[in-house]
Amino acid sequence: MANIKISEQKVLQIEAICKEFNNEKGELINVLHKTQSLVGYLPAEVQEIISKNLNCSLAHIYGVVTFYSFFTMIPKGEFPISICMGTACYVRGAEKVLDEFKRILNVPVGQTTPDGKFSLSCLRCVGACGLAPVVMVGEKVYGRVSPDGVKDIIKEYKQA
Amino acid sequence: MINIKIDNKDLKVAPGTTILDAAKSVGINIPTLCYLHLHDFDITNKPAGCRICVVEVKGRRNLAPACATDCYEGMEVSTHNIRVLNSRKTVLELILSDHPTDCLICPKSGSCELQTLAQDMGIRQIEYQGEQSHYKEDTSPAIIRDVDKCIMCRRCEMMCNEVQTVGVLSAVNRGFMSVVAPAFEMNLDHSVCTYCGQCVAVCPTGALTEVDHTNQVIRALADPSKTVIVQTAPAVRVALGEEFGMEPGTRVTGKMVTALRNLGFDYVFDTDFAADLTIMEEGTELLDRLTRHLNGDKTVKLPMLTSCCPGWVNFFEHQFPEMSDIPSTARSPQQMFGAIAKTYFADKLGIKRENLVVVSIMPCLAKKYECQRDEFATNGNPDVDFAVSTRELAHLIKQANIDFNILPDQDFDKPMGESTGAAVIFGTTGGVIEAAARTAYEIFTGKTLEKVDFKQLRGMEWIREATVDFDGTPIKIGIAHGLGNARKLLQDIKDGKSEFHAIEIMACPGGCIGGGGQPLHHGDTSILMARQKAIYSEDSGKVIRKSHENPYIQTLYAEFLGKPMSEKAHHLLHTHYFDRSKPVEIDE
Repeated sequence: MANIKISEQKVLQIEAICKEFNNEKGELINVLHKTQSLVGYLPAEVQEIISKNLNCSLAHIYGVVTFYSFFTMIPKGEFPISICMGTACYVRGAEKVLDEFKRILNVPVGQTTPDGKFSLSCLRCVGACGLAPVVMVGEKVYGRVSPDGVKDIIKEYKQA
Repeated sequence: MINIKIDNKDLKVAPGTTILDAAKSVGINIPTLCYLHLHDFDITNKPAGCRICVVEVKGRRNLAPACATDCYEGMEVSTHNIRVLNSRKTVLELILSDHPTDCLICPKSGSCELQTLAQDMGIRQIEYQGEQSHYKEDTSPAIIRDVDKCIMCRRCEMMCNEVQTVGVLSAVNRGFMSVVAPAFEMNLDHSVCTYCGQCVAVCPTGALTEVDHTNQVIRALADPSKTVIVQTAPAVRVALGEEFGMEPGTRVTGKMVTALRNLGFDYVFDTDFAADLTIMEEGTELLDRLTRHLNGDKTVKLPMLTSCCPGWVNFFEHQFPEMSDIPSTARSPQQMFGAIAKTYFADKLGIKRENLVVVSIMPCLAKKYECQRDEFATNGNPDVDFAVSTRELAHLIKQANIDFNILPDQDFDKPMGESTGAAVIFGTTGGVIEAAARTAYEIFTGKTLEKVDFKQLRGMEWIREATVDFDGTPIKIGIAHGLGNARKLLQDIKDGKSEFHAIEIMACPGGCIGGGGQPLHHGDTSILMARQKAIYSEDSGKVIRKSHENPYIQTLYAEFLGKPMSEKAHHLLHTHYFDRSKPVEIDE
């Protein structure tokens, strides 16, 4: 078993979600959606609980989880960092900003730092193209970010 | 009926007929790759994923996959015009562009459907060069997954999920990264895989193959300090001939014995001998449970389930561990043979068990795992050293330059080569329970069984039930082959709905004749039907057809074991089962 342990209460809640969809195999995607919004991600242990309740093979569930990019088996960091890769941000150097985040945090896109503090992801347009390139940390928006500015943003949260 | 035209031929077909089937009926074989139709079992895989079978339908913008497109009135189909041929070639070249080209040393070479297709279509170069996907190789005790050779046809997934309901394999990830893998991409030996090998039996390429033990066998045969003996499972003799170009259903028992002797085995024995022994033990156990049940003992567990199929044993240990007191405790014939060989027979020869090598020729891949189980070894020395498949035996024979087709017939050695007709039918679905009924009837009633053929137990239907009259006592018997069908009977028992006294279960469709180690049938189930027919004719040709009448079995009990279910028999011929519903382990 994966070394993540989820609480008894969460287990009951996941079972309740399955039941809400009548433990129907065909409702797998809905069950996964609701479960991910409850737990934040879909670790192996969670998939096992769903497998038992929907009477659906674990391999199939894992197949669905790995097929859709919305589902993730990796917990988001305490401070989720998203770099906008929309057209405006991209042409104004978002990729260089992303590279700098990857270099400093030493994690690829879609992963979380080992201390659980930061996770790195890309998104498409937050509607603030005038501030391109845009970075979001949690709900907070940073505009006109340059590669040089990346370390300052990280520093802000390192101390938090 | 509806009227259609294929390659300018007019024909009438029933509504619901696919273009593929309609074309076949007029002698047009549209090539396929992912498509698989096991006719006699009503199993079809047609994800229309490979697009090799595309054809042009007049009035339709894009090309249609023939395997998954139904005919309609007035349809006009072209199966080999220039547009179709170019598309098909492009599709095949794209598949090949992400496939290793190590055909010369691929275990599937010569029986690979992708290779055959490339040959048939005359592919001499691959125009598309690009990145190739790479994935870890996974070697379990029985099956090797070389996913780089996977073409995502999904046949294995269909067998594992729909037919066997084991649920180990699924397509995971997406796009270029997609592979067929167990949950969390763990290795097979960490999964609930039963090693039934049905995925291997249907894989069109070298992505799924068996672990090859032929080199170990050759080394043992060359070692002068070892006495090497061999046992052959009942289903091997009705299928081995296919590897040498013979008609399916050809019985090659005598040639097989000669070939094994020529290979250098010191004694050529028969698993059928151990199958007779299995009947003595399992039949006695069944009678014991039955008698106690009929006398009102409420603690007795019925129905009793057979236990000779190692894929089935793995299945219930993983998925129904709470019911592991229901199957018979009798070991499988392979393991009974090994246990007797390394005690009784080694003593007769006056050699240590370490110097006796037991090789078994099996139609099965789960047997490879079974003989490696800890409980079937003494001080680290296994009762059965190597289990090789029917296909591997064919390779051994070819390597030894033996012209199989012109071999004379020879007989098995004594004492462990003598067997009855009851033993040979172990190789087909329904056979074990029929063999048990022949012996149990006589012991239960004390009368001679005049008609030994229990026709009501034979056939190919997935689940069969019959009542056998034990001289006034009706004995209800169930039979299932394919683990998905076994699951149904098991669920009935769990729900308290089962009324059977005894149930025979075999993991593979058709029983051992359709095992994962047999010559590949490439979807032609008439081959399995022919093998089954051959098994029954081998039985009816035998002089002795009831296990308890095997004189060498009688001697074995008189000289060594005492009586069935004796303490010694328990120690050597019975086993216990484990709860293996283990939690998920993720490979590092």
